[in-house]
Amino acid sequence: MLTINALTKRYDTGDLALDHVTLSVPAGQVLALIGPSGAGKSTLIRCVNRLVEPTSGSIVLDGADITRVRGKALREARRQIGMIFQSYALVERLSVMENVLSGRLGSVGFWRSWFRRFPEADVRQAITLLERVGLETMLDKRGDALSGGQKQRVGIARALMQNPKLLLVDEPTASLDPKTSRQIMRLICELCAEQHLATIINIHDVALAQQFVHRVVGLRAGAVVYDGPPEGLTPEILTTIYGEEDWNATRREAEEGADADAGKVENALLGGHP
Amino acid sequence: MSNAASRRPADLQADAARLAARVAAARSGQWRPLPRISSKALRWSLNAAVLVYLVLVYYSVDINWARVAQGLDRALNFIGSFFTPDFVSRGGEIVVGLRESLTMSVVATVLGIALAIPVGLGGARNIAPRPVYFLCRGIIALSRTFQELIIAILFVAMFGFGPLAGVFTLAFATIGFMAKLLAEDIEDAQREPMEAIRATGASWWQWIVWSVQPQVMPRLIGLSLYRLDINFRESAVIGIVGAGGIGATLNTSINRYDYDTSAAVLLLIIGIVLLSEYFSGYVRRWTA
Repeated sequence: MLTINALTKRYDTGDLALDHVTLSVPAGQVLALIGPSGAGKSTLIRCVNRLVEPTSGSIVLDGADITRVRGKALREARRQIGMIFQSYALVERLSVMENVLSGRLGSVGFWRSWFRRFPEADVRQAITLLERVGLETMLDKRGDALSGGQKQRVGIARALMQNPKLLLVDEPTASLDPKTSRQIMRLICELCAEQHLATIINIHDVALAQQFVHRVVGLRAGAVVYDGPPEGLTPEILTTIYGEEDWNATRREAEEGADADAGKVENALLGGHP
Repeated sequence: MSNAASRRPADLQADAARLAARVAAARSGQWRPLPRISSKALRWSLNAAVLVYLVLVYYSVDINWARVAQGLDRALNFIGSFFTPDFVSRGGEIVVGLRESLTMSVVATVLGIALAIPVGLGGARNIAPRPVYFLCRGIIALSRTFQELIIAILFVAMFGFGPLAGVFTLAFATIGFMAKLLAEDIEDAQREPMEAIRATGASWWQWIVWSVQPQVMPRLIGLSLYRLDINFRESAVIGIVGAGGIGATLNTSINRYDYDTSAAVLLLIIGIVLLSEYFSGYVRRWTA
């Protein structure tokens, strides 16, 4: 679905953020991108939807090269790529329903969106997604009236409203408590499986990533230093990615987490939320 | 915003039913945003009131197109004099007036800002105790209520003709303007750094200097330069009521029907305002 070839980004300041990154993500796969702060995780996913302009290399989405597209073609490429943000990035003065429907702006004309006259199919899809993330009764609440976890669910619904082929997720759990973090990760992974989306998740929490994803890519100083299954993250590999540290504690936590989690998979989603 | 605590059970039930109906409608593809004014009667009577007002306005404004056509000619004559400005015959007076105006604006701006900073700090709801807040907002309101011209008439009566009255007028107006905008900028400052600096055990003044000042400084500098610019333009207006500066020169030339000199003065004012516009853009980029 997504093929990145020798992608390089050098900022105007001279910092080399990405160094010939080559990566291919098939549809339906959830890939976790890990690495220390400043390794280029954020730059990588922002290059994919061209919020950051790559210096060289290529990005091919579903057979179409989107590395240099401009104008209408760029907007269409972005329409096919949903993005979920660390700090939710809701438009807080708009209602939940408006935030979700904003995911259709790439497909609805200006005046239609101005008068909030969205096609019936879009409205149906929006309420279905809100029901899926358990927030349908919040449709008229303003964005700033929600808790962090609820905001992130709205963010997820907005991204999926685009009917994307690819989902880019930037630190989705960094501002959330551990329980909500797991609920959000599970929700993202389930939705990707349901809709057969290729997904790249930037994440700091290695244990959490190991629990949910199919594949892990480790970045260090802008270069790929690990690409493999989550089980392959040995202390040696983690040291290559992050530098020297006692990794056994992290790994134990991940294993315990996986055990504890197996029992209560489904109900957490609609259940007790702060 | 519905206030759940104060509502009766029947109302809550009605709310729940309304919500369920909206979700059901959305399921079938029907959704409109909630109206900003929830009462239908109020909403439509406001719409009707606006319509009635517009109709009344249309019939009450009496436009004499013949007079407009005549006046257009006179306006063109006035604009025509801009092409024959006379900088020379009253050159000495113009230079003296300009120098006086610039001095007045600079002194009034510095004085006004020095007084506006404490008033602005006191007028920020998030850092000032309630009584201080109301006092400072009162000062701001007082200063903003009166137009410069009216204050100038008062000060000319108090201090006599000349630039001293002008300086006090402009300084007084500057207090209201700067203090209001500074207070609002402080109220919009990020809370977290302010909390963090307070948590270090800093004193009140340290707290202001370390957490508030860095956040508001760029805007304060930008506004100060903008106010300097306003004060210069205002000095041309208040000169007409005897508060000194280039306004006095301008007024004299108009009274003598010496429109070429008036045009020269106006052109100089435009030039200086343009210069200050460039200068403030440069300074703001440099201090950001």
